[in-house]
Amino acid sequence: MAETTAFELVTPARIMMAIDASMVVVPGSMGLFGAMPRHAPTISTLQRGVVEVYVNGSVSNRIMVDGGIVDVTEDRCTVLAERAVNLDNADRSDLEAQRQTANNNGNAREEEFLDAAISAL
Amino acid sequence: MANLKDLKNRIKSVKSTQKITSAMKMVAAAKLRRAQENAEASRPYSTRMSAIINSLASKASPETAPALLAGTGNDNRVLLIVLSADRGLCGGFNGSIIRSTRRQVESLNKEGKTVELLMVGRKAKDALQREFHDIIVDTKEGVQGTSVSFADIDSISDIIIQRLENGDLDRCQIIYNRFVSAIAQEVTIDTLIPITIEQDVDAGTDDMAAAPYEYEPDEATVLEDLLPRNLSTQIYAAILESSASELAARMTAMDNATRNAGDLIDRLTMVYNRSRQAAITTELIEIISGAEAL
Repeated sequence: MAETTAFELVTPARIMMAIDASMVVVPGSMGLFGAMPRHAPTISTLQRGVVEVYVNGSVSNRIMVDGGIVDVTEDRCTVLAERAVNLDNADRSDLEAQRQTANNNGNAREEEFLDAAISAL
Repeated sequence: MANLKDLKNRIKSVKSTQKITSAMKMVAAAKLRRAQENAEASRPYSTRMSAIINSLASKASPETAPALLAGTGNDNRVLLIVLSADRGLCGGFNGSIIRSTRRQVESLNKEGKTVELLMVGRKAKDALQREFHDIIVDTKEGVQGTSVSFADIDSISDIIIQRLENGDLDRCQIIYNRFVSAIAQEVTIDTLIPITIEQDVDAGTDDMAAAPYEYEPDEATVLEDLLPRNLSTQIYAAILESSASELAARMTAMDNATRNAGDLIDRLTMVYNRSRQAAITTELIEIISGAEAL
């Protein structure tokens, strides 16, 4: 078994995902970067985009985040995001309903984010 | 002594009150479990957030640190965020918040500071409006329960950041009921701005101290991005704690009310039976003495 990095995606509501990954690609504000085991310890802000989790060389999970922060060390990778949507088990009609509610509440930021999530499905 | 019919009605009304209180207790208990889970689930986020902030803040020099971290350098204007419930019938929950707020405002005033209040929740606002109406800057309602969204919280932290930027605020404190257990809640006052940096936290947590971090884009930018999020996170955590406390307080209060109603019913039933017996005895005596007179 190859080395893995302990990936965690934490939102204010819960720990959304915790998985041992071989690589995690995160949308850093300076550009996408991959966090692999033994990556230099880094803290980076994130922009809106998709976090891709690789297990055994292929993408196992894709999560849309609306900015946030990532804390990478040699053996773990923690993403803190206020809003996140797991694209693997998200339902298009569900997201569209959520977007509609956000629209009704005049919550432009949430709406934009859900728009982006829907188009990334 | 009240007549039989009145007593019967009274018993009936207490019984229906008891039904309501016991239903409320059950509802609160069910919701409490969810609120407690929510509060616990939010902890990883805030602990990780503070770990990052701590490691960053210990590197930032006090002169250049953003106001959100170090305050404005003065300490004259204090904004107090008061978290109470929107609804009553939860025992001493709102009362203790109101009392502590009053005490805190007094002691800050005594120190010569200007105090302003941001009320979250209807009950404390209703109670304090009369005496403090000129220092209440804003009121938020409906920002609690088990379905608080982060967007609601952002609207609160936006107010704080706005005031900080306008120079209307030097210190920000939040006053809320911390959830200790289902039967104990504790009024807590936390300082949100300036942030208290725990110097020794690095040594305790895994590899924070060991590895020199790289920051992208750079430390100042990361800190600037992180601090407003941290503010929201702290308020969010406090609101979740407060919601759980409210439900716990309501559960206890309603449990007591249900038990009191039970006692009252017992007493009333006793009185009812006695007066019924007395009435029967009186009737019997009347019949007997009537028969003897013949």
